[in-house]
Amino acid sequence: MRALVRPAQYAALAAYIVFLGFPLLWLVSASVKSSGELNSLTVSLLPQEWHWENYAQALARQGLVGSTLNSVLVALASTALVILIAMPAAYVLARLKGAVRTAGVGWILVSQVFPVILIILPLFLVLRTIGLTDSLVGLALVHTTYTLPFALWMLQGYVSAIPEDLEEAGAMDGANRLTVLRRIVFPLLAPGVVATAMFSFVSSWNEFFFALVLLQSPDNYTLPITLSSFIGGEGKVALGPLAAGSVLAAIPSIVFFSLMQKKLTGGLMAGAVKG
Amino acid sequence: MTTAAPAPAPATTLSGPRTVSRRTGGMQRARRHEAIALVMPSLVPILVLSVAPLVMGVALAFTDARLVREPDYQFTGVDNFVRLAGNSFFWESFRIGMVWAVSVTVLQLLAAMGLALLLNSGLRLQTLTRVLALIPWAMPPVVVAIMWRMIYSPNAGPLNAALGAVGLPDDTNWLADFSTALPAVIVVGIWVGMPHTTVTLLAGLQQVPGELYEAAAIDGAGAWRRFTSVAWPSLRPIVSSITSLNFIWNFNMFSLVYVLTEGGPGGRTMLPMLFTYLEAFKNRNIGYAAAMGVVLVVVVVLLVALYLRSQFRSDRVERKG
Repeated sequence: MRALVRPAQYAALAAYIVFLGFPLLWLVSASVKSSGELNSLTVSLLPQEWHWENYAQALARQGLVGSTLNSVLVALASTALVILIAMPAAYVLARLKGAVRTAGVGWILVSQVFPVILIILPLFLVLRTIGLTDSLVGLALVHTTYTLPFALWMLQGYVSAIPEDLEEAGAMDGANRLTVLRRIVFPLLAPGVVATAMFSFVSSWNEFFFALVLLQSPDNYTLPITLSSFIGGEGKVALGPLAAGSVLAAIPSIVFFSLMQKKLTGGLMAGAVKG
Repeated sequence: MTTAAPAPAPATTLSGPRTVSRRTGGMQRARRHEAIALVMPSLVPILVLSVAPLVMGVALAFTDARLVREPDYQFTGVDNFVRLAGNSFFWESFRIGMVWAVSVTVLQLLAAMGLALLLNSGLRLQTLTRVLALIPWAMPPVVVAIMWRMIYSPNAGPLNAALGAVGLPDDTNWLADFSTALPAVIVVGIWVGMPHTTVTLLAGLQQVPGELYEAAAIDGAGAWRRFTSVAWPSLRPIVSSITSLNFIWNFNMFSLVYVLTEGGPGGRTMLPMLFTYLEAFKNRNIGYAAAMGVVLVVVVVLLVALYLRSQFRSDRVERKG
């Protein structure tokens, strides 16, 4: 009986690995297959021939380079804005006590429950009156709004981890608040800022719904919108380059998650949930 | 991880400020001024960019706002909600949303619990599995949807090919068939959400000291007994909170299903958010759509509150018993 436990565990683990990993393998394999092979009835994971030119074709395809650029611009702008706004606020949130802190934390939790549709409706009306629908500036603003609460939550966690005694020691030595912030808090906060910035970048890079609602002209499309616009005409669109484009679109967040892997498995989310 | 750090903070709140203010009242006041100077510039953008849209979104639900060139809308009280009560399409979509959110949340929890226990039991291949478990989490929803459309593809898809190879029917059009579309989409939902739940549960499992398991094993407890008496008590609060969050996230899901099926076939996968989106941006009834959003939030919050309350109750009963 006992001797059977380990093999059973490995069998279960193998099933999980296949379930989680196979779709991704299939996407990568499709990204180097020829259209002929993708539409043929002989289905195999290993491509008959490796068509790396799918990647070149995906990039050369009209719009894909442009929309990658749009995605990068929007993600960079909203990340910069989020960090700029969240840094002072997170510091205050972490150091303040009492009602303000409760209200701040309560707000963050509430904003996680609200469906995005309730945020986009008023923002859409406001952005339209100032002419920022179908605009990357407008989209960057909306992404900022959307990412801000969680970024605030992440950053204030990092601030809380810096012992307040350190700041008090600095104050005792006669340094004023700004010097304390600059010399003691910010250097210690740097890893937290980097992690939060990466999180904001990836949220914006992956985001689909707001871009779908706001952007109308193909010139303004971000990468997820361009990719999804290829789907409708699956017959017309070459699947190989579509898969290649999808692989490229997934790279930034996969890089982020592998960099953060230790911290994520160390319970970033568990901490966020429990706090 | 540092996000866990806020927890101890309230403890110092109770004793901290009072003793400080007795000793150094002036310094405390100066600090408060500084704090206000810091709060204002950080508070204003948050009020403008985060609080205001939500408040306005709720307010819109009580108007007849339409998405037209010259918007001219009036306060109509609860008209939208009265109309909504009789909208059978909305409630059908609501029902689909509940089926989707409950199935994905429950199955995802079971699958994640299994994987977390495996990862916690000292098998080889740990790193590979951990990395694999993170990948679905990292992928953009659009890419996930494109990928699964290829898997489910009726003619050249690997799923049908595999079924055909073992002699099962291999011509199911998974995402377009009335009876298979919702289950097929639910599987993708589990795939996407499982990693996050696994990682959270694993973090909880690793907080349980190994000696406890050993002690239980020495006492002759079997695997199931060890799980229920050693791991489960410390996992319980984590399970409650991750289930609540998953349920909310799943109920509010949009992108994945929009790209997979656009709510089809025949509305079989029309999640409430898709329905609301179409009402707002295709039918252009923004006020009515906002009312739908409000109803959805209220129902979800009520359900989660009830669930958490029942968890809390049975927690207390257990402790007393």
